[in-house]
Amino acid sequence: MALVLNEEQRFLRDTARDFLAVNAPVNALRALRDNRDETGFSLPLWQQMAELGWPAIALPEEYGGLDFGFLGLGVVFEETGRTLTASPLLASSVLGASLINAGGTDEQKSNLLPELAAGELTLALALEESHHHDPAATMMSAQRDGEHLILEGKKVIVMDGHSANLLAVVTRTSGQRGDQAGLTIVLVSPNAHGVTRRRTSLMDSRNYAEIEFDQVRVSTTACLGETDQGWEILEAALDRARLALAAEMYGGALECFDRTLEYLKEREQFGVKIGSFQALQHRIAHLHTELELNRSVLLQALSVVDENPQQLPMMASMAKARMNELYLLMTDEAVQMHGGIGVTDELDIGLFLKRARVAVQLFGDTGYHQRRFATLSGF
Amino acid sequence: MNAKDDFRLECRAWLEQNCPESQRQPVVAAEQYWGGSKGEFASDDARVWFERMRDHGWTAPEWPVEYGGGGLDPQQAKILKQEMQAIGARPPVYGLGLWMLGPALLEYGNEEQKQRHIGAIVRGESRWCQGYSEPGSGSDLASLQCGAEDKGDHFLVNGSKIWTTAADRCDWVFCLLRTDTSAPKHQGISFVLIEMDSPGVSTSPIALISGESEFCQTFFDNVVVPKENLIGGLNEGWTVAKALLKHERKLMSEMVTNPPRSLMPPADLARAYCELSDDGAIVDSRVRSQLVDYEMDLQAVALTQFRIFEENRAGTPGQTPLVMKYAGTELEKRKSELALAILGHHGLGWDEESFSETELATTRAWAMSKAMTIAGGTSEVQLNLIAKNVLGLPADYHGR
Repeated sequence: MALVLNEEQRFLRDTARDFLAVNAPVNALRALRDNRDETGFSLPLWQQMAELGWPAIALPEEYGGLDFGFLGLGVVFEETGRTLTASPLLASSVLGASLINAGGTDEQKSNLLPELAAGELTLALALEESHHHDPAATMMSAQRDGEHLILEGKKVIVMDGHSANLLAVVTRTSGQRGDQAGLTIVLVSPNAHGVTRRRTSLMDSRNYAEIEFDQVRVSTTACLGETDQGWEILEAALDRARLALAAEMYGGALECFDRTLEYLKEREQFGVKIGSFQALQHRIAHLHTELELNRSVLLQALSVVDENPQQLPMMASMAKARMNELYLLMTDEAVQMHGGIGVTDELDIGLFLKRARVAVQLFGDTGYHQRRFATLSGF
Repeated sequence: MNAKDDFRLECRAWLEQNCPESQRQPVVAAEQYWGGSKGEFASDDARVWFERMRDHGWTAPEWPVEYGGGGLDPQQAKILKQEMQAIGARPPVYGLGLWMLGPALLEYGNEEQKQRHIGAIVRGESRWCQGYSEPGSGSDLASLQCGAEDKGDHFLVNGSKIWTTAADRCDWVFCLLRTDTSAPKHQGISFVLIEMDSPGVSTSPIALISGESEFCQTFFDNVVVPKENLIGGLNEGWTVAKALLKHERKLMSEMVTNPPRSLMPPADLARAYCELSDDGAIVDSRVRSQLVDYEMDLQAVALTQFRIFEENRAGTPGQTPLVMKYAGTELEKRKSELALAILGHHGLGWDEESFSETELATTRAWAMSKAMTIAGGTSEVQLNLIAKNVLGLPADYHGR
């Protein structure tokens, strides 16, 4: 168990914090939004992140990774949460690379992982089809035609889907809606005939695409893992993505807390600092308590990826459910305690408020993870 | 194999050999041994178990050997605790002397006071209660009025204390007394030990909503107290009191992760009392969701306790402990309310034979849980402390 960061991990955190403060502060996201940037993230920044080795942190050494451990990666995500940094780190380096690592053949791993670790290749998972995260409900079809599969259907909220060089598409090859068995993951080039991508503009100013597949023909060798056996690969990758996102969400909540506490010590009304009002003191003290409890949950959940993987599904659900509620509460309270300025676009808090709403829906909302946790707990 | 594993095996072997089988069963309140001159063992096994632990120094594992303690370091003490939990071994003795006064005495007492009291606590010879709150001084503890007048060679004590646990069965009470009425309220208080059989001390039990009356009000009418019973300096009692409160709050926050085993965990209650679907899921989605919240909160509290331990061990203690009394006791209250909801009509029994022992115990524990967020400093006082001491916010607008 690693509930206290070691020296290397603290060093990584400090490096990440310093780097992001200079190169990707919250204003960088604001600029991407205001300029209606087509990529939705800064390519030079992404190259710098790759030079720092961030996409490689949790990948195996034999495929160009650093094998630094998932906790280290979580530490970086917490910092990107504090600055709302947009990059392919989550969609490609965590979700994409974990898919390949969990389900790829030796050949697929050797071909793809080193490029993913170097940040040269970006991958996006095309999973969602409806308004709530529900992998088992996947219905997109992949009909067998000799040595080929014919993909037909539409995917929504594909993170970084408009910019990725490669798509991993979840399809149903057998069974019913709701079945875990019968899912097949297929790697598809976004330039393949019949693929149409459209970037959607969401409230957090990040990058999601709607992708239509119209009779897209791919070789069966493009499958990731066995036909009908995609569930476990998908879950392994999703749980890692849930944890990385949970770390980002914790960082965002922490940043909102720090900014709000600062404001309580500065802002004066009735001739005194508003932080001297007990009505506000109790609320901010409660938020501090929530941060302390959730820090322990987050650290433990990040640790089990490498130390106790059989606990991963339960801990990932616990971490995601709790960070969902933490981020919602924190951003709401931050806006309220800032008062009038809290609802202006000028103040950054509103950007966190919006990011929280998107992050809560990604990879499972609180209800989804509560139900999953209950099932795993046997009740 | 390292020293840690060696110690674990040593503990395991010793406990296996020395803990009687009957002392490995869940303990009910009536079977707890609290020591003191009025203390009685519920059985011979309980006596044997206590004496063996006492002679080994393990009634107070972390206290210095020279005062009868076990001399273990925190890591070893934790291992001993884990090994005791693993076989379900009961604590051999309970008491505020062990939990609260002892640690404060070790820090603030003089050598003579330590010699006199620490050993007696370890050996279960003295039972202690706490004299802090007064009828007019609850959350505003420092406004206390119970006074100790300086009479040259002794103090003359007059006033009363409330919530003195089992005062009618205790040998001693440790008190906060007003020794300077003109100083600012925090600065005129002293920490004084008083023998319960001193002339002028009387007690009266207080009935609670749980039906229990563990607590008393204790009255002091011209009680003569020798000056050697003053702990720390004259008028410096608040410092000792704060140190001691830390132990009390830690203890209360730990009750949530180490509940008495006579109570069923909410998840087990739910499996027994709720309608389940074919795949074992609780059908009532609200109960299911609240149970998930509880299970997650419980893990969050337990992990945070462990993180505090790890941070201390790494030599980088943080400010986290301050939130634990608030978080732990609020959770305990939510748990009790959830347990009652799960039991439904079966959670409403009081003096009723048709209800099972578990049901009745759950109901009584529910009523007791309401005291958790009040005793040892209310949740509101805890939030005040976090705001002031951790977050550095200015004193309340309305003054406190």
